[in-house]
Amino acid sequence: MIEVEGLTKRYGRNTAVDNISFRVQKGEILGFLGPNGAGKTTTMRILACYLPPTEGRVRVAGHDVFEAPLEVKRHVGYLPETPPLYPDMEVATYLDFVAKIKGMAPKERRARLDDAIEKCRVGDVRFKQIGRLSKGYRQRVGLAQAILHNPDVLILDEPTSGLDPKQIIETRELIKGLGGDHTIILSTHILPEVQLTCGRVVIISKGKVVAEDTPGNLTRRLQGAGALRLEVAGHVAAVEEVVRTVSGVLATHARPAGEGLAVLDVEAAAGQDIRAELSKAVVQKGFGLLGLTQVGMSLEEIFLHLTTTDAAAEANASNETKEVSA
Amino acid sequence: MRALRNIAAIVEKEWRHYFGSPIAWVALFVWTLLFGIFFFFGLSFFVRQSAMTAQQAEFGPKLSLNEYVIRPVFHNMAVVALFLAPMLTMRLFAEEKRQGTMELLATAPITDLQIVLGKFFGALALYALMIGAGFLNFLPIWAWAVVKPEWKPVATGALALLLAGACFIAVGMFLSTLTKNQIVAGFLTFGVLLGFWILSWLDDPTAGPVTKALVYLGVLNHIEDLMKGVIELKDLAYYVSFLVFGLFLAHQSVESQRWRA
Repeated sequence: MIEVEGLTKRYGRNTAVDNISFRVQKGEILGFLGPNGAGKTTTMRILACYLPPTEGRVRVAGHDVFEAPLEVKRHVGYLPETPPLYPDMEVATYLDFVAKIKGMAPKERRARLDDAIEKCRVGDVRFKQIGRLSKGYRQRVGLAQAILHNPDVLILDEPTSGLDPKQIIETRELIKGLGGDHTIILSTHILPEVQLTCGRVVIISKGKVVAEDTPGNLTRRLQGAGALRLEVAGHVAAVEEVVRTVSGVLATHARPAGEGLAVLDVEAAAGQDIRAELSKAVVQKGFGLLGLTQVGMSLEEIFLHLTTTDAAAEANASNETKEVSA
Repeated sequence: MRALRNIAAIVEKEWRHYFGSPIAWVALFVWTLLFGIFFFFGLSFFVRQSAMTAQQAEFGPKLSLNEYVIRPVFHNMAVVALFLAPMLTMRLFAEEKRQGTMELLATAPITDLQIVLGKFFGALALYALMIGAGFLNFLPIWAWAVVKPEWKPVATGALALLLAGACFIAVGMFLSTLTKNQIVAGFLTFGVLLGFWILSWLDDPTAGPVTKALVYLGVLNHIEDLMKGVIELKDLAYYVSFLVFGLFLAHQSVESQRWRA
């Protein structure tokens, strides 16, 4: 549905998007993740034909954004970061205007309008002036505007920003519900959102793609075989000593806990399940085993890991090589 | 067909905005009020003059309603249009940019030209309505004057007013594409239009070719003949090329801003 190859966008000397490539299959929900200023909005604007690319090829729904922008626009519903609303219009009037400029015939207009209003739950403010709506309603009207012509592709720039928690959950449900029929790209800097709604994630930082995978895979890949969290009744130092004797344990990190309670994060070698050995060892030494759980590196940690500044990344990289050589 | 529908949708939207806010009502009120005042002055002057000439019937010139009432009103209203046009056009693009709704228009399957034309015709239609409303003042003349005025200079005068206003709107719309700030757009438009008006003051019989050329560019010079009922190709050519150039600039500006944005 969406093919981006070698996309670059420069503003003068400043490169906002630097040679990025990705694809989105039909019906997929792709999360576009990155810190502010990473180039998310620029990329989405290019996909929506608001900005022309400097270099690279972008095809949406089979049409090139450069050669056939009108065709692309017919297949794309776009919700910019601030919903593009006319404050002095009523919701129904506004949506009717949008339907007209999207080239919908009068006959289908009525039905599509009702459908979008129902899907985005803006029926109760249908005849209210947009300027008087709350932020949550405005966002929903913006979303209704985007899905109005039943586009194949939906491009949503931070669809949940500025909403309260209840509205965020509702909006996520709505977006999930739209997936399948529509191909969706949504950008965000809120990580749980991606975990909850997206089938695949593209993480960009400073205009470059730094990772691309499913949220699950990303978590797994970056944490190796996974850390275990061990809760044991006993003295921290003593427990650590025992744990280190188990084969396959690479490192342990003690976590703050109460007196007489040891909480350890245990890093194991990739591909090895050491849970049985670990519990046996602990119990044999006479400690009470209170808990043993697998902890995933949260997407937050991955995100930070991938998008921290170059200097930190280089420092990390040299640390890793040191560990390997040691 | 689709292009016309798109333009019509923009025109309708502009009208909703003009009439949904006080803009259209205030513009109509001020315009018709000034129209009425100028008409009243013109008419009372005419009545005084006719009373004087009636006393010396053999010597006095024959007074024409066209020349003493209608034409001066049109003249004055052309200047009023120069003042009011910036207020009609300053928001056309500046407001869309500030509100972020330019993104909606630019990502809808309509062309930039359709957006520009839609906005132009939206403003022009309001201006035409203003001229029409002002015209109501003239109706009593036709109803009660003994010697009816000629209709042709009235029609061409109205056309001149419309053409000059259309040029003002095109300029104002172009300048509105340059900024997010309505007030800046308004001031710029006012300054530029005033400049085009002042060009006509340069006219003098001994002027060289450069001055002559500048005078030709003066926007109000070309209404003279039309107001007298004379349709000259050079005047029409002036207005049409002014208009097309203004729309062209607006279109180029809208299009190029995507490249620079």
